Amino acid sequence: MISIFALEFFRNALVAGLLASVACGVIGTYVVVRRMVSLSGGISHAAFGGIGIGYYLGLDPLLSATVFTVAVALGMGELSLRRRQNLETVIGAMWATGMALGILFIYLSPGFAPDLLGYLFGNILLVPRSDLLLMGALVIVILVVVSLFFRDFFAVTFDEEYARVMNLPVERISLLLLVLVALTVVMLIQVVGIILVIALLTIPAAIAREFTSRLGRMMVLAVALGMAFTMSGIVLSYLLNVPSGATIILVSAAVYGAVMVVRRNRTGALAV
Amino acid sequence: MSGDPVIDVRGVSVAFGRRPALENVDLRVEKGDFYAVIGPNGGGKSTLLKVILGLIRPSEGTVRVLGGTPFERRHLIGYVPQYRTFDFSYPVTVGEMVLSGRLGHIRGFPRRYREEDLAAADRAMETMGIADLAGQEICALSGGQQQRAIIARALVGDPEVLILDEPMVYVDTPTGEHFLNLLTGLCRQMTVLLVTHDIGVLSSRVTKVACLNRRIFTHETAEITGDMLEGAYHCPVDLIAHGLPHRVLGEHEEKERP
Repeated sequence: MISIFALEFFRNALVAGLLASVACGVIGTYVVVRRMVSLSGGISHAAFGGIGIGYYLGLDPLLSATVFTVAVALGMGELSLRRRQNLETVIGAMWATGMALGILFIYLSPGFAPDLLGYLFGNILLVPRSDLLLMGALVIVILVVVSLFFRDFFAVTFDEEYARVMNLPVERISLLLLVLVALTVVMLIQVVGIILVIALLTIPAAIAREFTSRLGRMMVLAVALGMAFTMSGIVLSYLLNVPSGATIILVSAAVYGAVMVVRRNRTGALAV
Repeated sequence: MSGDPVIDVRGVSVAFGRRPALENVDLRVEKGDFYAVIGPNGGGKSTLLKVILGLIRPSEGTVRVLGGTPFERRHLIGYVPQYRTFDFSYPVTVGEMVLSGRLGHIRGFPRRYREEDLAAADRAMETMGIADLAGQEICALSGGQQQRAIIARALVGDPEVLILDEPMVYVDTPTGEHFLNLLTGLCRQMTVLLVTHDIGVLSSRVTKVACLNRRIFTHETAEITGDMLEGAYHCPVDLIAHGLPHRVLGEHEEKERP
């Protein structure tokens, strides 16, 4: 058991899991309280288009996915801020269009087809050292921006209309938050893959919400939970020799379910 | 400058698609007014307030607030939206929510609350009688307490004018009177513009009344007359208010108590 920690790929996987947990705890908190779950789902699936373009152009897929996903998030933000009622439709369109672009560009790319399942469902055991540096940089960016804009993000996610009346730059703050969601999604693709991102973004924050009524504490608790889920998921998947992304999600979902059952029995009703 | 009305709405029309919401509406609120706009649900009351706040751009007409455009001046307005426009399951305490009403006054970057902001929040919660609830999560409050917290958030920015959209809807009847007294107290300190569909909530301190149902009817006095109500409600006056042109509140209070 101890011996696996001596393997570099395994240590890389653990570090990647910890870094991703920080991002998903902090940003996932906003996703949950602001109810941006389907928006985040749309952004993460659209990211596949960025990966495909990266392959086609011979770039690092993670880098091209970062640029593409941020662009998609800004596009969705523009459309949703201008035409609020169409947001769900926009999400659906972007979701599928991104996936379609990804498939098309990967098909057109010369040479071997890349490991598609790795991107769709994650393969944290294959995270290279260079990606850890990029992930570390993204985590620092996310933490710095959130600490600088903590009050602004609160105002806009809590009551957008009132933030507008207070003359806060609501559009710019909303777009900035969407960019952070996009960056987080890109990081999480490494860990659990495009399809499973949404669970890691929401489950730790949703559990944390059950235990605290403060935004800051919710973030800290969600980060801790995310770390526990990814660590135990990675170790479990290694020991059982099953896919890591799916294991992480199932561990998270099991804890979430257990928390829900316990809370329901204690309070007699589910806190909504 | 001092002669400027606090709110000056001239010839404002708003349409959502092909459905007109406001037609050629004029509204002049002077400093110190306690102005009530009444009218049926769907009559454009909230739309009028949003036009004043610069949240909706009118297709015709002009709006001036405190001598400037709504966009320039709206941070000097305390706004009490028609409740439930935000998510009460948001993880925030009453104290934090009230304090957030100061954010429009904090220019520095990053925005940080200062001593004066904390003091203003304490004062606002004191005024609304919710100081003891500061540490409570907002979803744990009763409807009336939540409404007070929302008004406290509007007061915390020391506004020159307070705009209230249906402030009584979620306030239960036993606390209703106390609540009205609170509002009446506020109107001594600042200009108040209130919209409601419920004539029964009008305080005797209201200085001006208008009736709004797409078009606006007013004599710029505290009297509600038959022609105003007929214009706004399109139904026989005696169904709405009795013994016009008496003050409405007194009548209703007597009638509703057995």
